[in-house]
Amino acid sequence: MRYSLFNVIVNGLTKNRYAERAWRDPEPKPEYDVVVVGGGGHGLATAYYLAKNHGLHNVAVVEKGWIGSGNAGRNTTIFRSNYLLPGNEPFYEWSVKLWEGLEQELNYNVMASQRGIVNLIHSDAQRDAYARRGNAMRLAGADSELLDVAQVRALAPFLDFDNARFPIKGGLLQARAGTARHDAVVWGYARGADLFGVDILQNCEVMGFLRGADGAVKGIETARGTIKAKKVALAVAGSSSRLAQRLGLRLPIESLVLQAFVSEGIKPLVPGVVTFGAGHFYISQSDKGGLVFGGDLDGYNSYAQRGNLPVIEDVLEGGMAVMPLIGRLRLLRQWAGLCDMSMDGSPIIDIGPLPGLYLNAGWSYGGFKATPASGWCFAHTIACDAPHPLTAAMRLDRFRTGHVIDEKGVGAQPNLH
Amino acid sequence: MLIACPYCGARDAHEFAYRGDASPVRPDPAASDAAERFHDYVYLRDNPAGAHSEFWYHAAGCRRWIEVERDTVTHAIRSTRFADERRRA
Repeated sequence: MRYSLFNVIVNGLTKNRYAERAWRDPEPKPEYDVVVVGGGGHGLATAYYLAKNHGLHNVAVVEKGWIGSGNAGRNTTIFRSNYLLPGNEPFYEWSVKLWEGLEQELNYNVMASQRGIVNLIHSDAQRDAYARRGNAMRLAGADSELLDVAQVRALAPFLDFDNARFPIKGGLLQARAGTARHDAVVWGYARGADLFGVDILQNCEVMGFLRGADGAVKGIETARGTIKAKKVALAVAGSSSRLAQRLGLRLPIESLVLQAFVSEGIKPLVPGVVTFGAGHFYISQSDKGGLVFGGDLDGYNSYAQRGNLPVIEDVLEGGMAVMPLIGRLRLLRQWAGLCDMSMDGSPIIDIGPLPGLYLNAGWSYGGFKATPASGWCFAHTIACDAPHPLTAAMRLDRFRTGHVIDEKGVGAQPNLH
Repeated sequence: MLIACPYCGARDAHEFAYRGDASPVRPDPAASDAAERFHDYVYLRDNPAGAHSEFWYHAAGCRRWIEVERDTVTHAIRSTRFADERRRA
C-alpha cells in the first residue's frame, strides 16, 4: 500500500481502524540468500538496497529487540557531509544526496529538513582549517560557504559573539545539511524493504553462528531457531565486538557511550545545526521545539546505555560558553548511545574477514548521517562481493597496511575521537 | 564514578585521564612477526562487556598511573593498583 494524501485523510477520519501494518511479522524461513544481522538504520537500508538495486528478495533482517530500539533511537538526527579526507567525503556526500530524495524514494515522511549546519570559527587557525575543509567538500561535489562574523550573526544572533576565550570569528556553512526524524528513517526503510519481500524478524537475538569445516559462516543460531544463509552480514554497531567474539574475531573497535540531551520545548530559535568545535558542543532544534544537543564521549569503555554526570556538566558548560541563554531552559531528558569507536574514527565496510561474512561496523559517533549511503554501499559489497568505489578506503585491512582514514588525527585512541 | 587511587584514596573519575585497555602487551620489535604483532597490539581489542582491565592516569592528583579493573556494563570497580605493580609481579 502506498501512502498518499487520500490515504492519510481516510485513515485519519476512521481513526486508523482500517490502516495496514507498515511491515509484516513473518516466521523465519529455514534459509535465506542473505541474512542481515541488526535491524537498525544501516541493516534495514542494506536490506532495502539489496532488494531494490540488486534484485535479492530472499533476504531477512534479524533484530534482537524491536525496530529502532538501538542506536537508531539514540542519536541527534543530524545529516551532513562536511568531511575532509578523500576516503570519507565522497561517501558522506552521496549520503546527503540520498537523504535529499529519501521521502520520495521510500514513500514515507522521514521529516528530512535541509536546515543547514554552521561550524563556528574562533581563531585564524580554525578559519584556515575550515577554508581547507570547505574546499575539500567542494572538490567532492558538496556545497560549502565560508561565512564572516556578520553572516553568522544574521543566522544565529543568540550566540555569545564576544566571549573572551572563544570569540566567534565566522563559520563554515553547509546549507544542504540538516536533520531527519530518526525513528521514521528506520520505519521507512523497514516498510520499504518489506514491500520488496524482505522478512523483518524482530525479537530474534543472534546467539551463535553456523560454521562450515573451513570456518565459513553458513548461518545463524537465533532465539527463534536456526537460520541458514549463503551470506551473513553484520550491521550491529554497538554490539560488533560482542558478535565478532562469537566468531573468534577481534576488531579494531572499542565501545564508548555518547550522551545527548533535549530541553523543554520552546518557540523556533535555532534555525539549523550549530557546532562549537573549540569546546565540542552541537545543537539543533527539533520540530517539537526541544533543543537537541550533545558534546564529547564519556571517554572510557562502556556498554552501559546511560551516561555519567561529569560529562553532562562538561557538555552544559560548553553550551553555556557559546549560547548562554540555554541556562534559562530546563533539561527535559538525556540518553546515552553505544558508539562503535574504531581506531581511526572511520567506519568499516568490508567483505569478510571470514568466508560468507560481511562486516559493517565502527561508525564511531557518526552512523546516523551515513544510513542511506551505508546501506547502499554495503548492499553493493554483499551482492557483488566487491567493495563499492565510495567505501573502497573503508576496508578492515587498512589498519594492517597503514591506510587509516584518521579524520581527527588522534590515531588509535578511540576515547579521544 | 569514584576510583580508589592507591595513593590518594577514592576520588571522582573527573580527576583521571583514561588511558585505555591495559591488557595488550607491547611486542618485541625484534621478533620475526613483529609487524603483525604490532598491528594486533595497536589496533585490535577484546572490548568486553563485563570485566575490563584498564589504565587511568591520576592527572589532577598524585599523577600516578593506576590499573583499574572495572565492569564496563555496571561501572563497578573491582580493584585498583599502581600500574607498575604489574611489572614487579
